[in-house]
Amino acid sequence: MSDLLNQDEKPHRGGSTRREFLTQITMAGAGLSFAPILVKSVTPTSALALIQPVKVNLMVNGLAKSLTIDSRVTLLDALREGLAMPGTKKGCDHGQCGACTVLVNDRRINSCLTLVAMCDGAQITTIEGLAKGDQLHPMQEAFIKHDAFQCGYCTPGQICSAVGLVKEGHAKTDANIRELMSGNICRCGAYQNILEAIKEVQTT
Amino acid sequence: MQPFKFIRAQDSHAAITAALTNNAKFIAGGTNMIDLMKLNIEKPTQVIDINGLKLDKIEIFSNGTIRIGALVKNSDLAYHPTIIKSYPVLSEALLSGASAQLRNMATVGGNLLQRTRCPYFYDTTYPCNKRAPGSGCSALNGYNRNNAVLGTSDKCIATHPSDMCVALAALGAVIHVQSDSGVREIPFNEFHLLPGETPQFETTLKHGELIIAVDIPAIAYGARSHYLKVRDRASYEFALSSAAVALDIKNGRILTARVALGGIGTKPWRSLAAEKVLMGAVNNEQSYRTAAEAALSGAKPYQHNAFKIELAKRTLVRALATVGGMS
Repeated sequence: MSDLLNQDEKPHRGGSTRREFLTQITMAGAGLSFAPILVKSVTPTSALALIQPVKVNLMVNGLAKSLTIDSRVTLLDALREGLAMPGTKKGCDHGQCGACTVLVNDRRINSCLTLVAMCDGAQITTIEGLAKGDQLHPMQEAFIKHDAFQCGYCTPGQICSAVGLVKEGHAKTDANIRELMSGNICRCGAYQNILEAIKEVQTT
Repeated sequence: MQPFKFIRAQDSHAAITAALTNNAKFIAGGTNMIDLMKLNIEKPTQVIDINGLKLDKIEIFSNGTIRIGALVKNSDLAYHPTIIKSYPVLSEALLSGASAQLRNMATVGGNLLQRTRCPYFYDTTYPCNKRAPGSGCSALNGYNRNNAVLGTSDKCIATHPSDMCVALAALGAVIHVQSDSGVREIPFNEFHLLPGETPQFETTLKHGELIIAVDIPAIAYGARSHYLKVRDRASYEFALSSAAVALDIKNGRILTARVALGGIGTKPWRSLAAEKVLMGAVNNEQSYRTAAEAALSGAKPYQHNAFKIELAKRTLVRALATVGGMS
């Protein structure tokens, strides 16, 4: 992954040449005459040769970040691997669990289903950006107060999602909150306490 | 994920030109496409980001038509005051789909092109005529509880997954698409294709065409509409069956009706047969039931999904009763 994210890496066709690879294979195959036929469809390419770089400028938690990054990299992987901000969690990586929830331009989204290349010029807020210095965000305080987690893996996503939910302003009842938080799965089952934490922030 | 060249389109002309390349795909919300790219089901070599195209407006014309830009987010459309007031069926359908995060990302144009969630389409180790034409349909004799009972063929029984599309089918929306030869309009019912012999072709959109907007023609009784979705979980789940209905009622009689079904068809399923039954009928449960029988009359069950036929009828009856009972 670090290869995919290296800011200075120039893409090039590289690694071992086809001839070198064939030689290795042939040697490994003790000179079997059909070895070249077998490897014909697996012309070697290095991972670097597949990279199609894109330049992306982001504001992450108020700080300007500039990346030249492979087009395939998701916002989630860019945050965790490229910008060394592992607070945002990778759960399912398919938009089903919500662990990767961050705020993009103040709206909660799944960072695993967003290419970072699509975020050029965007303002990203992650769990690392909610506190102001030592002062926790009210939602973080409320999660602690109400014991709204057990293992904690889904918690960054839950908190970012809850912050988004309060901003959206559509949740009026407990049922609304549960419905609008259904994109965040908690396998420890802390839902009741998550509900209480969100209600406390909504009413203060 | 296969490597691809990423292009940020500055305007629709640039986007369309870039899309004429073989194996190019537009990307808007990406909620479905990136998932499919991760699974190597979608393998574009050129991805054109259209999010800069300023197609994110909702306009209301003097004749009552509502024009929804293709890049309007599902959440923005669902919470738009005019949609909530005049077409609750659309707002309810949108809010019944996916999660809050996904609705903040997904666009109207992208939702029109949503792919099926048939497990055999997703699992690349299985034959699937939609993913690999000619390889066979694993659902026909596989586990097909969630598959379709209407519009199927012996090549494909995959269910169309969208909730939004069911509401738009009922509302008779019109899709506007742009290409290098201009703009054309596609009536909603002519947009999605039945699987037939070629389930890999899902819409009448042509290579290089870009969805730019969806129009909802004015429907005076649109406020008397409703979307009911029945599913295995209370939230964040695809429909087993759903119904989008609108009724124009006067003096205890139904003057006009709009009926579309979801979760049971290979495309968003407008039922003109049910609408015909309801037109002029007494506004009571018996009429609803007769309409439901008409809507499902051509249904074909498979090994695990026969229950869906009765479920769909009851879903429709309950949705009609909800609207029929509105004051």
